[in-house]
Amino acid sequence: MSVLDILLTLPFWTAALRIATPLIFGVAGAVLCERAGVLNLGIEGIMTAGAMTGWLAVHLGAGLWGGVLAAALTGALLGLLLAGLTVTLGLSQHVSGLAVTLLATSAAYFGYRLALPGAETPPRIVPFAPLALPLLSDLPVLGPVLFRQTALTLLALGAIAGLALFLARTPLGLALRAVGENPAAVEAQGIDVHRLRAGAVVAGSALMALGGAFLTLSAFNAFFFEMVAGRGWICIALTVFAGWRPGKALLGAVLFGAFDAFQVRLQQVAGGAVPGQVFLMLPYLLSIAALLAGARNARAPKALMVPFIRGER
Amino acid sequence: MIRLQPRTETPALLRLAVPVAAALVALALAALPLALAGAPVLRAYASMAQGALGSRFALTEVVTRATPLILTGLAAAVAFRARLYNIGAEGQLYAGALAAVAVGAGAVAAPPALLVPLVLLAGALAGAALMLGPTLARVLLGADEVVTTLLLNFVVLLLVQMMIEGPMKDPMSLGWPQSEPLADAALLPKLVERTRLHAGLLVALAAALLTHLLLARTVAGFAIRAVGASSPAARFAGLPVAGTLVGVGALSGALAGLAGAGEVAGVKGFLAADLSPGYGYAGIVVAMLAGLSPLGTVAAALFVAAVFVGADSMSRAIGVSSYIANLIVAMALIAVLVAGLLTRYHVRLAPGPAAR
Repeated sequence: MSVLDILLTLPFWTAALRIATPLIFGVAGAVLCERAGVLNLGIEGIMTAGAMTGWLAVHLGAGLWGGVLAAALTGALLGLLLAGLTVTLGLSQHVSGLAVTLLATSAAYFGYRLALPGAETPPRIVPFAPLALPLLSDLPVLGPVLFRQTALTLLALGAIAGLALFLARTPLGLALRAVGENPAAVEAQGIDVHRLRAGAVVAGSALMALGGAFLTLSAFNAFFFEMVAGRGWICIALTVFAGWRPGKALLGAVLFGAFDAFQVRLQQVAGGAVPGQVFLMLPYLLSIAALLAGARNARAPKALMVPFIRGER
Repeated sequence: MIRLQPRTETPALLRLAVPVAAALVALALAALPLALAGAPVLRAYASMAQGALGSRFALTEVVTRATPLILTGLAAAVAFRARLYNIGAEGQLYAGALAAVAVGAGAVAAPPALLVPLVLLAGALAGAALMLGPTLARVLLGADEVVTTLLLNFVVLLLVQMMIEGPMKDPMSLGWPQSEPLADAALLPKLVERTRLHAGLLVALAAALLTHLLLARTVAGFAIRAVGASSPAARFAGLPVAGTLVGVGALSGALAGLAGAGEVAGVKGFLAADLSPGYGYAGIVVAMLAGLSPLGTVAAALFVAAVFVGADSMSRAIGVSSYIANLIVAMALIAVLVAGLLTRYHVRLAPGPAAR
């Protein structure tokens, strides 16, 4: 089987988009936060917490969409905490974000143990099934790749498209971008910088949590410890790679998914000769490479990581 | 309305009171998850205190756990002082552990007086080398070192798994993935018989003292603090900003690598993938609780270690998940961040925004 044989099959691209889905949610959330001027390093913990609460809600009988809602609310709540620390109090975004990740991760693990004392094997749920839409799912090429995914993949694509439109075409989106570049000018226009930034962090964190929920409600059917496995950090790297633009962020996430799907197939072909861990390292190394490539010509939002304190210049 | 007014100087007592208050607040907040778990809250606290401080063995266990935390705390503190956010202490710890096994598990034959320092040096060098890439990427390309160091943590952990299942695997371990044991001459001596307390503690305490002297008393330390306070100003004053960052990165990585070598040579005697229960990440909390002061990391590390040891024992006695310890430590970080505002600002009650 040659490389081309792998790349030209439809199941490969279906898998690529599936693997990319949590990253699309995460990177959409990260772009939203960072365009408003807040680096959200809570992402890894927010995804973990979203994965846990989403799964738990379904396990307790809330239904799949109930789980999605629970995850989004969890993310929004953690986003509110991060906004309080970084926007209202103007604390270090690096340390506050890591603090939220530590808190959210340990709360998720503690909550899991609380809900299921002594469970050896994690209980399974019935996850989202692949869609079977009339007409759309039967389209050649696009049908299998796009429309036989689960509903959450389409939601992710919708979210990032919506984000692109919101940032580029709406007055609120313009204000949000301005807040990430020159908050003093926005404040002079009579717009509340803190409220706008906090709103972006809350909404962005909810999106990140959905990325986590995809893992438990769609990719797998249970919650495992350490299942997010650095996907949050990968999203932060992809955001830089994408130059903070939603379109390029989507492209980056899908390319990343394609690479990951490729790596899995390569492992099946070349496995045995090379230790499996080498393949597992590749996504992280690729993310570092993407970050370095992006950092060279990065045009980060000017006020990224700069707290805005009223009456201070 | 509450107003924050910048302080010109911080009273020493307040500087000391803030982390203590944060730690107490975090411990108090733990009542909430404990109550949620349906545990008898007061008995849980008593059990935690008993487990951490109630016996000679408990105390040695706390100090044993504090040893790597002092080193990873120093790693974070010294880097954060220069605003180099090294979050890769976990990976650097494992890199140090790998190097310790490479040198100490039979590759070099030497008497203990020579081999033990050699093993520790190898660990420090490996940690420093691992931090070199992220620091250079930051200095040369402006790539955020938080993300690169975090991602490298995953790479190093996979490398460790690869080595202990492959080239470094102990053939006597019955299929269990762990490295060959260190030679007896490479092991750190025990400080107290029949406990786990080992001479790595003295290494960690010496490291804290030396780091303190470096920051407070040397030109290099001044450069580190100046770069952290304002890198444009440091550059304008003619300080070598890039060189300082590379140096402080190497020092930070070396301290974390030393922690890994110490755990292998002092506690386990071999390398396994569960060597560190997150000592690298907890080091960030230690550093923040210490207000980035090297001597303060000793006290902060003892607190964090006591929480972990106490929670373990409470978990065995009452059955509440020991993740409560991670929860307390994370809440302490948030509390100290918020309380830190008090060291930088006066909180004033003012009638309105116009009031001065």
